[in-house]
Amino acid sequence: MIIHPEEILETINMVTNEHLDIRTVTMGINLRGCCHPEIATFNEKVYTRILRCAENLVRTTEDIQTLYGIPIINKRISVTPIAIVAESCHAEDLNSVAETLDRAAQEAGIDFIGGFSALVQKGMTPGDRRLINSIPQALASTKKVCSSVNVATTKAGINMDAVALMGHIIKETAELTRDRAGIGCAKLVVFSNAPDDNPFMAGAFHGIGEPDCVINVGVSGPGVVNSAVRSLQDPTLGDISECIKKTAFKITRMGEMVGKEVARRLNAQFGVLDLSLAPTPAVGDSVAAILEAMGLESCGTHGTTAALALLNDAVKKGGAMASSSVGGLSGAFIPVSEDEGMIRAVQRGSLSLDKLEAMTCVCSVGLDMIAVPGDTPASTISAIIADEMAIGMINKKTTAVRIIPAPGTRVGDMVEFGGLLGSAPVMPVHNFSSETFIARGGRIPAPIQSLTN
Amino acid sequence: MSSSRFVITVIGLDSVGIVAGISRVMAEHHVNIADIRQTIMDDLFTMIMLAEVKSENFDLAAFQEAMSAIGKELGVQVIVQHEDVFRFMHRI
Repeated sequence: MIIHPEEILETINMVTNEHLDIRTVTMGINLRGCCHPEIATFNEKVYTRILRCAENLVRTTEDIQTLYGIPIINKRISVTPIAIVAESCHAEDLNSVAETLDRAAQEAGIDFIGGFSALVQKGMTPGDRRLINSIPQALASTKKVCSSVNVATTKAGINMDAVALMGHIIKETAELTRDRAGIGCAKLVVFSNAPDDNPFMAGAFHGIGEPDCVINVGVSGPGVVNSAVRSLQDPTLGDISECIKKTAFKITRMGEMVGKEVARRLNAQFGVLDLSLAPTPAVGDSVAAILEAMGLESCGTHGTTAALALLNDAVKKGGAMASSSVGGLSGAFIPVSEDEGMIRAVQRGSLSLDKLEAMTCVCSVGLDMIAVPGDTPASTISAIIADEMAIGMINKKTTAVRIIPAPGTRVGDMVEFGGLLGSAPVMPVHNFSSETFIARGGRIPAPIQSLTN
Repeated sequence: MSSSRFVITVIGLDSVGIVAGISRVMAEHHVNIADIRQTIMDDLFTMIMLAEVKSENFDLAAFQEAMSAIGKELGVQVIVQHEDVFRFMHRI
């Protein structure tokens, strides 16, 4: 036998005890052929197009799951940003497009559909504005639709008008889903340097340089990395980095194998393999637990940013060695509500919003799934977004904000979202006003880092 | 997919008739045993088999179901996976 029994048992243990899974197989679908001035016709074309590409997506991924015995948790679809393809529609309200996407997602049997999106880093077209204004209602009246707005890039700077607008949009989205703790906001991401091929929600969309139909795969495994690090005997940080790298390598190889086989069977191009440590509410499947395994008493204390930097870098290195198709976000996610260790760290008082912001300088995304009091002013939310966008812009990386001003809640309350979205402790924000700064609007110019040509 | 070979892993407490029971179900589904290893790891009986399937219309889902059922009867966990998953993960 070529494969050693211990290796076989290692793989099986990763799946059964350490929550290793393919987090998502996401099919990217180009909708540019669907443009039409009449919104009803446009919707019909979108619906037909999505189902034509994705009719076998769920069945095929289930077959692959059976074949390899590796769970594939989510099947998703991302589409061309709707603001682009719906630009030529006469209609002011794009809610019906979101409902069409939701219906198509339902019919295809997938979990989420992303791409109710706009890219407005340098300015807004009328179509972008219509889309953004439709977001609150769209997220309240649909279940599976995810929305994202890119408001900054290293090349273009930060569109502060869009940042100011998004503060209000987030508040309104929370208000319209008040009865479900503002869950609409859990499906809305504000980006800097948004990747075109990210398979993870809520930020997935099918970028404009992408092929017609593509399969992107997101693999996860904080639980596996956590156990691997904990099994080391008195390691140096170099040993820990080496161990994470090797584990990431194995996980990535498996993801690539699955992605290529799904793409082959569906006659789609294989896009990227995104190795992101995406925690789940399950005990041990936690990024905070990995940081604590490195020797921190509680996540968020001094040293956390350094530990996270080590983790994120080692994950990328292992992934890059294992596949030439690594892309998307690839790194460690730090969503508070979805990570049991992060939740405990907040409750213990060791993890604050300010520390999370610092951590986003060295990890793959940003302030993710954070609940703040319902009466947080829109300008404060915009200012939190602006800070995060600045980190992304200056550091030439993706950053994002997914924040939930949960209506009627106060600091210390727990907000329940259910499922993989978990539950979030409501965290305090600074009470000093950012109103005047946000009201100035305009643009923060592209930084010196943009002048690379 | 580069072959139609499967790795069958049986894990559980040792008892009489495990090998017999498992291999009977395999024979019923025309699955050939190419290699077999057996060890005790962490006090658990562990049997790993490399199985070959010749038929093109092999119904993997039905075979997996039958293997899980016999596993349940024998009080062991039976996992059937295509060999590529191990090959990809542990070999370059």
